[in-house]
Amino acid sequence: MSVDSILILGVNHKTAPVEVREQLAFTGDPERPFRKLKEIPGCTEFCFLSTCNRVEVIFTSPHQMETIQSIKKFLFAASNVREKDIDNFIYLHRGADAINHLYRVAASLDSMVVGEPQILGQLKDAYRNSADRECTGVILNRLLHKAFSVAKRIRTETNIGGSAVSISYAAVELAKKIFGHLEGKKVLLVGAGEMAELAAEHLINQGISEVIVANRTLERAVNLAKRFNGKAVGLAELHAQMEFVDIMVSSTGASGLILHQEDVKPIMKQRKNRPLFLIDIAVPRDLDPKLNDLDNVYLYDVDDLSQVVEVNKAEREQEALRAERIVTEETLKFLQWIEDMQLTPTIAALRQKADNIAKAELAKTLAHSNLSAKDIKSIEKMAGAIINKMLHDPILFLKQGHTQDDKRLKLDFTRKIFGLDLESEKEE
Amino acid sequence: MLFSLSLIGYYLSTTTYIIFFVTQKKKIRAAARCLLFGAGVLHTVTILGRYFLAGHTPLTTHHDTVSFFAWSMTWAFLSFRWRYQVKNFGTFVSLVITALMTIAALSSQTIAELPPALQSAWLPVHASIAIIADGFMAMGFCSGLMYLLQERELKKKRFGVFYSRLPSLEALDNLIQHCLTVGFPLLTLGIITGSFWAKQAWGAYWHWDPKETWSLITWLLYAAMLHQRFIAGWRGKRAAILAIIGFMAVLFTLWGVTFLLPGVHSYVR
Repeated sequence: MSVDSILILGVNHKTAPVEVREQLAFTGDPERPFRKLKEIPGCTEFCFLSTCNRVEVIFTSPHQMETIQSIKKFLFAASNVREKDIDNFIYLHRGADAINHLYRVAASLDSMVVGEPQILGQLKDAYRNSADRECTGVILNRLLHKAFSVAKRIRTETNIGGSAVSISYAAVELAKKIFGHLEGKKVLLVGAGEMAELAAEHLINQGISEVIVANRTLERAVNLAKRFNGKAVGLAELHAQMEFVDIMVSSTGASGLILHQEDVKPIMKQRKNRPLFLIDIAVPRDLDPKLNDLDNVYLYDVDDLSQVVEVNKAEREQEALRAERIVTEETLKFLQWIEDMQLTPTIAALRQKADNIAKAELAKTLAHSNLSAKDIKSIEKMAGAIINKMLHDPILFLKQGHTQDDKRLKLDFTRKIFGLDLESEKEE
Repeated sequence: MLFSLSLIGYYLSTTTYIIFFVTQKKKIRAAARCLLFGAGVLHTVTILGRYFLAGHTPLTTHHDTVSFFAWSMTWAFLSFRWRYQVKNFGTFVSLVITALMTIAALSSQTIAELPPALQSAWLPVHASIAIIADGFMAMGFCSGLMYLLQERELKKKRFGVFYSRLPSLEALDNLIQHCLTVGFPLLTLGIITGSFWAKQAWGAYWHWDPKETWSLITWLLYAAMLHQRFIAGWRGKRAAILAIIGFMAVLFTLWGVTFLLPGVHSYVR
């Protein structure tokens, strides 16, 4: 098992604009990506992550070129990006780089808003979904669990999440620049997703007085509205409601625009030009970009919001630097583990462990005895023979590997049953 | 002499305000405010001195008028400042005050004899009210300018020097409205007292002399602005632009008319 068989292929907010990312958003059948990826030859283990800012496949593969091509095709199947242009939007990380990238993603160092807390939960969900469908194996199970603990370590040891920056935080900052204070202002949530919920929570903490939820299915709107003591309306009432609210957060899964410039123009007249702050956190976008051209309308999409946080980025850069150091350190540890996953180091570790136990026990026993040197020698010999006989079968079992996968499973199993990795972790 | 001292005071205060604008250190702002207050007090003494020197209200020369304009803006700002805070408003206001003071310093400081026709109790009442109104309109101009700067950064989504330093749009919009709602009644009162004075001095309430005409135009502009704001909801960017245009009309009434269209108000030449 070589490190270089761990790969990550994907697009994120840095490599692809929202226009491209929204074409990759996997809406509809949640089983489809797993089914498609399982069909790809050479894709031994994989984990599929899709959020508003990134779509990534973390996978291991022995024969790589074909697998990579197939995954690219799978990602861009629904888009109008030409095949030769695909490479402009994706990144491909391999081996140590891939591990490093995954740790950075988990720790929110690669996020649009560095330090925002949602990504770890999203990665955990992605892993659970992949693991439940038996798409992950020894390597990815270990790698992802490690990624979660690295993220946790970074969160506790650095202040990266301290300023609680996230998209919704950025939205609140902007709202304050438009309205001054948010007391007595009303917010309209369009779409009842998790992002909308989070944004609403932030806004309510800032004193927003009323929350109105508009959703395609009224039932979900009612549930979310109940949480905030708000009001639920159907999507058909959207235009009527817009006359009374100050902030609108849109996050529907609609495939096209739900609000156009022409719709809002007359509404602004009815509102007597009171400022209207529109936040579009949906990918694909919900709101017409031309809305921003209207007087007293301020439209921000996910990409725009990131710039707001850019403003106080300098303060967090120091913390990010410390976090990067932790990532590098943890990447090296994982590389060490991969190396240990080879046959020879495992056998050596197994012998080492048994020898250590025997030595310790002998020392304990012989310290209180008054045996002759000859007797001590034969007792030591006996202990050695027990070890050898005891380990003979496990080592034989390890050496009898048939396929690559089989071998990896056996190694993992042996390392677990004898607690070989626990030892090195304790030393950490 | 006193005038030069207060001029220096204003320059120091403006420089400190600009330093505060760049560094955003609260201590520097406090210093700038103290300097402005000191300059304002000195300026008051200067004007009182001119009063005793001239023997009548010193509002009949160009120098005195512009100097009084700067004075009224200073105290209008300080009184506002005492009522509520607007982030970095001082920097903009002090810049305009300093500009006015510089113009006043550059014009002749000789005291003109007042023609007997104009010697009346209406002089201090009319002139000071009209100029104090201009002071508030000048503050309206500053807030309009700040609004446009902030609005531009929010719309373009490029966050430069102004985004973090200027207050929220709503605060600026309210500020424009405050300046106008104080300034407009004063402007109205200034025109009414002016026409009473005209009746007393020249025998008719209204002469259609250029200064009168232009004050009326300015008044109508502001009246339309406030009317539209309350009736049709002209606020935000449009209100800010109108506050700036209104102030341009104020400046034209003050200078444009004097230098381009001579009339009975030509005292200031």
